[in-house]
Amino acid sequence: MSEREPLRAVTSAVVPLMFSDIDTDQIIPGRYITSRTPEEFAAALFAGRREAEPYFVLDQAGMAGRSILVAERNFGCGSSREQAVWALQAGGFRVIVAPSFGDIFRNNALQNGLLTVALDSERCAVLAEQGASEVTVDLEDRRITLTDGSELGRFELDAFHRDLLMEGRSELDYLLALDSEIATFEAVRG
Amino acid sequence: MSEPGLAESGAATPRTLYDKLWDDHVVTWRPGHPAVLYIDLHLIHEGTYLQAFETIDARGIPVRRPDRTVAVTDHFVPTGTAQRRGPLTLMPYVVDGLLTSAREHGITVFGPNDAEQGIVHVIGPEQGLTQPGLTIVCGDSHTSTHGAFGALAFGIGTTMVGHVLATQTLLQAKQGNLRITIDGALAHGVTAKDVALHLLSRWGVELGRGHVIEFAGTTVASMSMAERMSLCNMSIEMGSRASLVAPDETTIAYVRGRRHAPAGAAWDAAVERWRELGSDPGAVFDKELHVDAADVEPMVTYGTTPAMGVAVSGRVPGKRPGHVADEHSFDQALDYMAMRRGEQMTGKPVSTVFIGSCTNARLEDLRQAAGVLRGHRVHAGTKVMVVPGSQAVKRAAEDEGLADVFLAAGATWGEPSCSMCLGVNGDVAPAGSYTASTSNRNFEGRQGPGARSLLMSPLTAAATALAGAVADPRDLLGRSEVTAS
Repeated sequence: MSEREPLRAVTSAVVPLMFSDIDTDQIIPGRYITSRTPEEFAAALFAGRREAEPYFVLDQAGMAGRSILVAERNFGCGSSREQAVWALQAGGFRVIVAPSFGDIFRNNALQNGLLTVALDSERCAVLAEQGASEVTVDLEDRRITLTDGSELGRFELDAFHRDLLMEGRSELDYLLALDSEIATFEAVRG
Repeated sequence: MSEPGLAESGAATPRTLYDKLWDDHVVTWRPGHPAVLYIDLHLIHEGTYLQAFETIDARGIPVRRPDRTVAVTDHFVPTGTAQRRGPLTLMPYVVDGLLTSAREHGITVFGPNDAEQGIVHVIGPEQGLTQPGLTIVCGDSHTSTHGAFGALAFGIGTTMVGHVLATQTLLQAKQGNLRITIDGALAHGVTAKDVALHLLSRWGVELGRGHVIEFAGTTVASMSMAERMSLCNMSIEMGSRASLVAPDETTIAYVRGRRHAPAGAAWDAAVERWRELGSDPGAVFDKELHVDAADVEPMVTYGTTPAMGVAVSGRVPGKRPGHVADEHSFDQALDYMAMRRGEQMTGKPVSTVFIGSCTNARLEDLRQAAGVLRGHRVHAGTKVMVVPGSQAVKRAAEDEGLADVFLAAGATWGEPSCSMCLGVNGDVAPAGSYTASTSNRNFEGRQGPGARSLLMSPLTAAATALAGAVADPRDLLGRSEVTAS
């Protein structure tokens, strides 16, 4: 599990992976889910597609070092494997933008400080066409700006999770602090 | 979102089954924060536990409720009996690591050769661990299966596995209520699996996004628990991490007498509580969908999401259904699957048939498949693999003679595991050719690199095994020797 770094804003060019229903089996095939090191996770990222598609977008010139991925709808559907998040992070990604996300994936991403931004298809398409131009995803204002400073759009993220991400805090510490309330609940229910 | 202590006052307002389960498990809730939800049962398998135990062990945090935690090895254990009995060669540290962590923390664990071993979503119900009214989580997306009992059950990632180990709670936002009412009788040869694939083919993989689904209606009421489990299992493919069927006499009869079921006076009290666990008349659902069971046919998928399905007697759509992906992804899926628009599904040659998984490896599923295969040989060019869902299912199937039917038909019969559903225990679907599978996901490369998966019911898979090509089970069900219903 990666260390939680505070996340405030990310400025990067965008990797466009404009497919729908990119499932967690594609993000990290089952045969790699026992990966342990960041190097292994990075190598496992989209391994099946990279083997089958010589011109897969991640392997194209200029894509290395980009930390924002944009995709079509239902990104991260399927298996609950959190290794999908770890592989994306090992591959250098800090933000995923898509019209919608697999529910468990989105939750896993939040736990690890990988920001998922839900944005409509039209604006995802705009992002995908930015080429080498950098865009900024600002968590504090919950807004995306293009390289010329124009606002592409604002996105929703509940304040609780925004603050956790910006402060690099974990839900575990929040829950551990509630020990006595949990004990009371257990005592009442038997 | 309800605060604890307000559950009683909710009696004035009609509540859904999900509302009731939610209200009953909220430990505390602070305005603007997610609720803290208590977890009654935590199931663990060897695919998603490792970093969770590392996290709590590194901080010296004990497992809060080992008595509410049960672990099992199912994902990485080999299917072959000889390999299962011998030293594990594939990922032994993953399997051994779970056994070690579980024992260190006082957690019940079923190892590869335990008499109660099996797929986590098969053994929970089978042992009576899964009961109406509980909250159940597991680091596995198909945890939705347990919702068939009227339990709020959903999959979580490894970090949250750690949260439950440490605190027996999770931070959760309440989801919406979606009721899918299915009425009428399913035609001969049509199963709960076909209902799930039908819903997906009509309404897509985002049908239930942001909602807990309650399956209701006369069709669901007349389903067995195995059928309800197959249906709820697939709700995650519809975008709902949890789905529910209200407990009824079928549920109660299933749970009664199982190892971990309440007994004596506790049983009577439990049954009384369970009978209250249904959506109140007048409860408001955020979304409603009504389905006529007569519209459901035996289904097969042609693409790389479970929503890319058609009636087995049908054809690959000539144009992309509106709810399926986007044009670019649709083309990519057909290309990966080597499917042409308008192509007939029956007759597509199949090299491999897999009958198993948490969707369709219960005794009833195996009975259906055996009913089709009894007295016949599978097609000469087709490899057929039957993997029971648990050791208990395996023993029962052997006692009933089902294993003999499979072996006589030329299929293989193995030890319980997730097997070829996700291909991490050595059972891998071949690249290029078609694999008919009773599992839940036809994702690109899921069952093996380059594998082309066709999802279907056990009945359709068995008919396909005999033909060596996609086949309609209804063509065989008229035969007198076929006992499947």
